[in-house]
Amino acid sequence: MTVHALRYGVPAEAPENHHAVELQTFGFWIYLMSDLVLFATLFATFGVIGQNYAGGPTGKDLFDLPYLFGETLFLLFSSGTYGMAVLALHDDKRGLVLLWLGVTFLLGLGFVSMEINEFHGMIAAGNGPQRSGFLSAFFTLVGTHGAHVTSGLIWMAVMMGQVLAKGLTTPVRSRLMRLSMFWHFLDIVWIGVFSLVYLMGVL
Amino acid sequence: MKQAHSDSVTGAGRGSLKSYGTGFILSIVLTVIPFALVMSGAVSRSVAILGICGAGLVQILVHLHYFLHLDGSSEERWNLMALLFTLLIMTIFVGGTLWVMFTLNSRMM
Repeated sequence: MTVHALRYGVPAEAPENHHAVELQTFGFWIYLMSDLVLFATLFATFGVIGQNYAGGPTGKDLFDLPYLFGETLFLLFSSGTYGMAVLALHDDKRGLVLLWLGVTFLLGLGFVSMEINEFHGMIAAGNGPQRSGFLSAFFTLVGTHGAHVTSGLIWMAVMMGQVLAKGLTTPVRSRLMRLSMFWHFLDIVWIGVFSLVYLMGVL
Repeated sequence: MKQAHSDSVTGAGRGSLKSYGTGFILSIVLTVIPFALVMSGAVSRSVAILGICGAGLVQILVHLHYFLHLDGSSEERWNLMALLFTLLIMTIFVGGTLWVMFTLNSRMM
């Protein structure tokens, strides 16, 4: 903490509070790491049964790359706009924080909507998770990621409410920073998904 | 002082417009490359696989550095340790699973 104070010229005020926030941030990081292990098991499952098509459609038949590229851009842009929200947070600009959170929320909603639309189209065509091992693993992996993004959206909506109702207090800042970690983390997992599941699946 | 305080409580005074901008542009480029490789169909399968994995790995590092501000500084040391340990676990999980499942036949003889 002393090193931190020296480095940022921060007076040692409310040290317990500061320490608590640091612990919360680290604790949340540990949660993200455990989530990474969860995704690793789903990727491993996909690696094992991802080629078992049971005579059904393959990735080549199902995946629409231009559509997926758009979906990916939605998530990537939302990562960038959340960064803008964090910068506005550091400048103590409440209106800007709300604006960027709103933009991030809409971009995230765009991603989830596109994914639900894709899933709906596949299931309606009889290519749901019960069709083959490949599709079971696909829906589990991609669906788990989508469920995470949806949770992030709910969290973001709650945080917009808290910024409105409570202002940029220390607990609200701390939560916004943890949501930032969560959101960027989900974008990192998506890199693995679009690379290993979609792009490799079409090759 | 309020500003310094706010940075200290969130434990994140490291991001700047420049770093987010750099990370964002690099990410766009590293997303376009693998999609272009596959969609153009201009390269062989093995080159495309190499390109997808390479661009993906670099983009993950870009996100960790520019968006999650992970580096070797003292405050980040334990975050980095936890990540490295998780990567070890993931390697064992994924590598071990694939190894066992794809050599079942030969080892059951």
